[in-house]
Amino acid sequence: MIGLVDCNNFYVSCERVFKPSLEGRPVGVLSNNDGCVIARSSELKAMGVEMGTPAFRLQSCLQRGEIHLQSSNYELYGDMSARVRMVLEEGVDEVEPYSIDEMFVRLEGFDDAALSRLARSLYDDVRRDTGLPVCVGVAPTHTLAKLANHVAKSSTTYRGVCVLTADSNETRRVLQHTPLGNIWGLGRRMAERLALLGLRTAWDLRVADAKALRRHHSVVLERTILELRGISCITMQDGDIRRRIMVSRSFGRATGEWQDLREAVSQHAQHAAEKLRHQRSLARAAYVFLRTNRHRRDLPQHMPELIVELPRPTNDSRPIIAAARQALTRLHRPGYRYMKAGVMLLDLLDIEHHQLSLLDASDDTECQHGERLMATLDTLNRRMGRHTIGFGLPDPEAPWRLRCGNLSSRYTTRWDELLKAKA
Amino acid sequence: MPDTTPRTPPLQPGAFASTTARAGLTGFPSPAENYAERTLDLNERLVKHPAATFFMRVEGHSMQAHSIHHGDILVVDRSVTACFGHIVIALVDGEVVVKCLEQRHGRTFLCSGHPDHAPIPVNERSLQIWGVVRSVIHEFPI
Repeated sequence: MIGLVDCNNFYVSCERVFKPSLEGRPVGVLSNNDGCVIARSSELKAMGVEMGTPAFRLQSCLQRGEIHLQSSNYELYGDMSARVRMVLEEGVDEVEPYSIDEMFVRLEGFDDAALSRLARSLYDDVRRDTGLPVCVGVAPTHTLAKLANHVAKSSTTYRGVCVLTADSNETRRVLQHTPLGNIWGLGRRMAERLALLGLRTAWDLRVADAKALRRHHSVVLERTILELRGISCITMQDGDIRRRIMVSRSFGRATGEWQDLREAVSQHAQHAAEKLRHQRSLARAAYVFLRTNRHRRDLPQHMPELIVELPRPTNDSRPIIAAARQALTRLHRPGYRYMKAGVMLLDLLDIEHHQLSLLDASDDTECQHGERLMATLDTLNRRMGRHTIGFGLPDPEAPWRLRCGNLSSRYTTRWDELLKAKA
Repeated sequence: MPDTTPRTPPLQPGAFASTTARAGLTGFPSPAENYAERTLDLNERLVKHPAATFFMRVEGHSMQAHSIHHGDILVVDRSVTACFGHIVIALVDGEVVVKCLEQRHGRTFLCSGHPDHAPIPVNERSLQIWGVVRSVIHEFPI
């Protein structure tokens, strides 16, 4: 079985751990560079504030004290995410981070009762140790686990934990109430095309003829159908998942050499940027991590990670590589041999939905120039093979411009910004 | 996890032959690895549950009777269940405070051990404990 542990309103919850007075209030987190809402508490969602709302539209609510807006504090979120991963690693063998606030865990060899108990203890442990509220969905496949998690989150009767077996009545009921658009990895356009065939719910799709649909649509669709039936066929390495982009690889041989790490991180960043352009998205931040071999208890361990916000939402390889390298400079410590390095792009948005903010308008020609350059690059690399053309950027000591209006302290990563306890 | 541990001090010139000093950078096993096994690690001593341990800064003088002084650093463990007698981080009127959790005549109080600060009676059911203080770090000006 596969479990999905998903933090509720992750960025907002991180802020609340250290500022308990925000509990129960409408809270939004803004991207620092373009001033849009990128995370909302449930109270803010209930007020009808959408993702991506520009901050200036909320100005009057803010002045009346009805809502609270916080600048994004990626350093804090990155550290809290690492803590969630550590808690999960104590309880289960394998944790696959899927994004900064969602992690898949592998739960093999448990009977139903033990499985429920374990899922519940993951829920309790993360809450207790980190202060972050999570929901846990457990099912035989990634796609069903994602649905189970959604159920755990939206229906209070489950108290945050939902276990769906492949063929239970409960699973059937859940699938019958799930519109096609809510299925993981199924795009809106695909859902519309399937609606034309009379398919409305996840259950309709599950009982549809997978082979026939594959002929007319895609292998991806067939895999989704099998996944809904409880047959696991999506691995986390699959690139067809649009909400996050992750590129990571293990080194052939553990290495502590700066050159190796720099090379790897740059390549991962470039590869991730290509994927980003391919799916026509922009990223707001890049997350970089290094891992030593955790099974070698005899060697010193170092598993740092860091998030760097990009100068603006972008899919240009250059700022993404520069940000990844900047993060690496801060992460790398001599004396450790790393097994793995990775780059994840976060807080994605569709190009179509992105409107240049007034402040960025001056960079317009530069953007268009960049777009043409990237398109040329992608064409060449597609035609002549990956790595035909890359970047040999000098390390720009780019001082990332930030407009942090209301930035919380970096409580867990800076000695001079610790939370104050009144005595 | 971001770097919160102090960096290894730079090797003193002449402490090792230059080949060993360079070994870590050339991919050979670094002599620092054996060193890391032997040396005492204060993190290991004070931080029992890394994922659940947070540091806080003390502000105020009410806890001096418990050897907790203004400006000290508290090592707070969220994974520990608070018991009477523990020094805890609690939420009082939305404020984060450090107090001693005590039971007197069957009732629960957050106490300071300072004459100017009366024990705060709390309802055990609505009491919000953020974490338990495991140790306090007091640095002397040098």
